[in-house]
Amino acid sequence: MTTLVDIGLRLDELIARTPAPSDAGELLALGEKSLEQWVLAKGREPTQDLREGFRLLALHRQGAEKDPSFNACRETCRELVYHYNLLTQQSEHPESAQRARMMGWVANHLYLFINGKMETEQLGEFCCASKPLRETVDASTNAQ
Amino acid sequence: MSDRKGKSKKDKFSEVAYYPGCALEGSGHAYNRSTKALGKELGLKLKEVDNWNCCGAMEVKNIDPKIQTYLSSRVMSIAANTMNMDVVMAPCNGCYHNLKKAEYDLENDDKSREVVDRLSKKAGHETYQAGQVETIHALDWVKDTIGEDGLRERVKNSLKGIKIANYYGCMYTRPRHIFPEKDAGPGSESTSKPHFMDDLLEAAGAENVDFPLKTACCGGAHTLSDSDTSTKLVSNILQTAEAAGAEVIATECPTCHSGLEMHQIRAEKTLGIKTNVKIIYFTQLLGMAMGLKPKKVGLHENISDSFDYVKKKGLA
Repeated sequence: MTTLVDIGLRLDELIARTPAPSDAGELLALGEKSLEQWVLAKGREPTQDLREGFRLLALHRQGAEKDPSFNACRETCRELVYHYNLLTQQSEHPESAQRARMMGWVANHLYLFINGKMETEQLGEFCCASKPLRETVDASTNAQ
Repeated sequence: MSDRKGKSKKDKFSEVAYYPGCALEGSGHAYNRSTKALGKELGLKLKEVDNWNCCGAMEVKNIDPKIQTYLSSRVMSIAANTMNMDVVMAPCNGCYHNLKKAEYDLENDDKSREVVDRLSKKAGHETYQAGQVETIHALDWVKDTIGEDGLRERVKNSLKGIKIANYYGCMYTRPRHIFPEKDAGPGSESTSKPHFMDDLLEAAGAENVDFPLKTACCGGAHTLSDSDTSTKLVSNILQTAEAAGAEVIATECPTCHSGLEMHQIRAEKTLGIKTNVKIIYFTQLLGMAMGLKPKKVGLHENISDSFDYVKKKGLA
């Protein structure tokens, strides 16, 4: 399973070499993986559904259920989708290189937001979504 | 456009009850100074809310949201019932958000109405009734009174050559249901891609860059409890602005503004990431464009130093 650390390292690599338009699919996938970590940390199974044609938006909606503060990343998710659309539907556009660069920063922001939120809510050990696992272990230890 | 009381927005917003809120008396004093100076220059009247209190901010809201509703309602009650004002203008995103939220709750929630009525009677003032005042942001205030054309006519020092990333923060448009006037067709503000600040600064000559993190979270709520998270988020916003070609980030919230300034310094110290983008309130930029001196708009009260920059751009 991809951990948040893996996601962060890969984003660092992409941003360091400046993302190319051909990285749009991977950047969108890294956004989905970041959201999956949040959903998993909340003890739920990440949805495979699509919303407006994107799993990323469905995952965001799932992540924000009963947690309206998570909507602070709603527009960041939508910007990620917007840039993906620009890069895939207007691939020859003269602004494509700059759009890919911006998409890298937006994906990074989503990752940082989720990573920070998991830290402040003490979910996981920040290398994986381990709180549900830890809670299960704690519960069984306490029962003994 | 006229409202239900028959006055146009321009007339109604030309004289407003001014609710600076706590931040504008402290870390955001430059915003307070520049808002007042800009209003005076533009001929707009601000009557500060008498004996105002904290809006409930995040601290009270986290403990008991109904108390926050009451605290915000008291500000609106004084404006409506003591000062006989129709409009409250709050430049701080946190205050603006909380007053709008209180308005929404009092319109829609019996329990909120009951708590506010009980506490208002106990405190000895009239209970605020939903709809007595309209709460607006400083951006609405300038946009709907002077507007882009009015600003263009008044520009003395054009912002020409200044590339700006407009940063609105996450409280100005969220949650959408408490801002019924937004996303309401042509001329209204957008919650997904806000543009009022872009419009005003462009009218003053600035060049706005495409900035994809306009409403992204800066980690402001955790700036003390989890500084590293805030530093990383702010640093990402600053680097994105620079990558977008911006020389300046324009702000319209004291919490966002001081967060960007403080974590710009902290990012250099703790992460080794240096950014040079200047952080300036939109009221400071517009004030200087109207010919006001940098000190008059409180540039010296910002944490970050942008004096040399504005001098180079011919604004000082």
